[in-house]
Amino acid sequence: MIKEAKPTAGDNYHHNQQMDNAVQYLSFTLGKEEYGVDILRVQEIRSWEPVSRIPNVPSYEKGVVNLRGSIVPIIDLREKFKLKIAEYTPLTVVVVLQTGDSNKMRTMGVVVDTVSDVISVDKTLIQNAPDFGAKVSNELINGLISVNERMVMLLDVDKLLKLEVLDQNDS
Amino acid sequence: MSQFQQVFFEECFEGLEAMESGLLNLDIGNIDSEVINTIFRGAHSIKGGSGTFGFFGVADFTHVMETLLDEMRDGRRKVTQTAIDVLLGSVDCLREMLTSIQHEQNVEEISVAKYKQALEIELYGAAGVRASTLPSENNSKKEKAEVKILSDDKAVELSQQGWKIAFCPYLDLLKTGNDPVRMFRELAELGELITLANVQDVPGFYELDPEECNIAWDLKVLGESPLAEIKEIFNWVEGDCELDIQPLVVKSAKPALVVNKAADAEPVITLADKPASAPGINADIIPDTPATVPQHKREETKSAIKASSSIRVDTAKIDALINMVGEVVITQSMLGLVGENFAMEKVGQLKKGLAQLERHTRDLQQGVMNIRMLPISFVFSRFPRLVHDISTKLGKKIELKLVGEQTEVDKAVVELINDPLVHLIRNSLDHGIEMPAERIAAGKPETGTIELKAYHRGGHIVIEITDDGHGLDKKKLIAKAVEKGLIEENSIFTDKQAFELIFMPGFSTAEQLTDISGRGVGMDVVRKNIQSLGGNIEIISELGKGTTIAIHLPLTLAILDGQSVAVGDETYIVPLVSIIESINITEKMLNKVAGKGETFRLRNQYIPIIRMHEIFNVRSVNREKTTEGILVIVEGQGILCGLLVDDLLGQQQVVIKSLEANYRRIEGVSGATILGDGSVALILDVPGLMRFSNR
Repeated sequence: MIKEAKPTAGDNYHHNQQMDNAVQYLSFTLGKEEYGVDILRVQEIRSWEPVSRIPNVPSYEKGVVNLRGSIVPIIDLREKFKLKIAEYTPLTVVVVLQTGDSNKMRTMGVVVDTVSDVISVDKTLIQNAPDFGAKVSNELINGLISVNERMVMLLDVDKLLKLEVLDQNDS
Repeated sequence: MSQFQQVFFEECFEGLEAMESGLLNLDIGNIDSEVINTIFRGAHSIKGGSGTFGFFGVADFTHVMETLLDEMRDGRRKVTQTAIDVLLGSVDCLREMLTSIQHEQNVEEISVAKYKQALEIELYGAAGVRASTLPSENNSKKEKAEVKILSDDKAVELSQQGWKIAFCPYLDLLKTGNDPVRMFRELAELGELITLANVQDVPGFYELDPEECNIAWDLKVLGESPLAEIKEIFNWVEGDCELDIQPLVVKSAKPALVVNKAADAEPVITLADKPASAPGINADIIPDTPATVPQHKREETKSAIKASSSIRVDTAKIDALINMVGEVVITQSMLGLVGENFAMEKVGQLKKGLAQLERHTRDLQQGVMNIRMLPISFVFSRFPRLVHDISTKLGKKIELKLVGEQTEVDKAVVELINDPLVHLIRNSLDHGIEMPAERIAAGKPETGTIELKAYHRGGHIVIEITDDGHGLDKKKLIAKAVEKGLIEENSIFTDKQAFELIFMPGFSTAEQLTDISGRGVGMDVVRKNIQSLGGNIEIISELGKGTTIAIHLPLTLAILDGQSVAVGDETYIVPLVSIIESINITEKMLNKVAGKGETFRLRNQYIPIIRMHEIFNVRSVNREKTTEGILVIVEGQGILCGLLVDDLLGQQQVVIKSLEANYRRIEGVSGATILGDGSVALILDVPGLMRFSNR
């Protein structure tokens, strides 16, 4: 066991050395678009399960679920970003994200079509997001990066999970 | 270090509470030495602890208290009411000091100095404090002699042999734990001691740091004591002061009387053991003043750094929990065995195991909840002091009886119930109990009684405040409410409804506003607070006999008795306390009100109907017909209304979870819970729902 572990640790070390500017993102798709979130904010990835509806909230706030004893809201990003509405199947994926500072941590689940990859990104290669118009609020996007010729939009988790912001954008 | 500090503060506050209740229990005529011992121990451990943590201000202060208590304990000093009052005031002051330190704020030095002064007056007498804190008469006489020297501004030659010592301590001498007074006392044992204080360097009052030693002394020890002995006394302060010991020659030079030339500082010649008592705060404080403690800055303190909250748990409770966990583990392994090679003949065993697991889980849940339970005495114990202070202030004679102090209630309830109770007790003291003369005229005993009682009743805790005062006057209440424009004239009220008037905002019957009660902002807030805890409050009163105010509170804020109801596919929980009844309704009972929806007639009362599926936008089978559902009649803040739901599912205890922790507040919903199947159900907030539907 120990022998096997050693080279891995070494690899990591070199890896870190090389990638001083690197940040890792979890990428996922919404419709045909590809998005990424800081991987350190991802708590877990779950499959879709029925939610309890919350009355009188925007329709993209799907409801709440019981996540090991705490009540966690589920947001459908596809609906939030006004992409085509997809069916919920057991294969639908919920990415559980964490936000907040040391004072108050919040946990929230976002519904996405598929989770694709973990990408390592050189910070210096991140470009500022141009104005997208109405579809996705610019505020929620930290920047753009291209991975294998595909554009990945990097989402700002803190802003994404601030429900007040979501609601304001909606109204 | 800081983790110990938190414990230290907790212990201090506990000690202070013990001291306070001890002081209140002291009977002047009949001193119980055990009680004094308890108070002394409290002061002693605070002194010890604060010394260890470097809170020398506190240590210094408690030292004076301790000295006073020590003399009382040994019987050298009589226990007087003034002494008790001074000590009570000092307890307050200490509490304030400790709170300030805990919140890393500056200690109110003025009030501290005041109390210390009061204590010293008590200890040495007013004159003693002014002139000298050394209890030796001999020395104070000598001092007077020295004063004369000063005023004559002329050196008096003393023919005796001795030593002249220039003692100039550094600022932080006191912080090293050295006390000049103790040293002077030792010097005085060697021979007659003449001291001259140089207060030139004492800063202005506001710049003064009581932990700094700003005074220098010129000392003369008369007599033929060897130099070694004097040096030995100063042994401990070597390095913390400038010291110059010269033999005192017969024809001594003029003493260095810089004192008079000191700019604006009044020359003080004293053996002061405390540089804190700067000029200006001398013995002009009467020991009675402690009642007027500056209570300001409380609010700020509260909002300041939030101390981590902790709870003290009886070890027995924890042992019980560990036992239960052990049982659960055993049951689990037993079930594991059953499951490993399961065959139908093992069904009996499996059922038995599951039943056991259920029982253990329930016990475990109860055990865990039990940890949060504290005896209500945590709240009650503060009231003897409150009653003592206020009754003295009002000139009333009042006895406070506490019943059922050991009744246990959730910690959160304990914390939140304090303010409402303080308000209610003040009301009883101020408005309830009459003045002694009035009481005698009414044929009642001169001393009024307030009884504070707590007991459990059906999953609730009931707290009753009973006074034998003059009770509520229905006519007066109604007249007052009419005058304030709160109700229509000629309204007819039952007793109960009339008493309810005092909960209306802006209602106060006190003819004169006192600083104790009567501003009319109280009772409605009290009721709101209690309702926010999920409780209710009721008044029973008889004119001339007294008033009882009963508060019903849930035992815990974490669990709620709920009725689950179905609306479409959703399940909601209605708190059982707010449900009056549930009925099937017929078309005949319904009335349409233009623009205001439907009402429903129940025993001569029209009750508005809230259709749950409409207000919550749920797809429901009986969207069209009201009569197909079930109407749950609920009460919120005194108003009835009917919730139309599809079905009643069952009653159960639910654990309340916050929606706001990860989400946000939702109107009409007070929280959520997790049902047996793992799904989430929302708990309805009945008053909120009513407000929401009215919009």
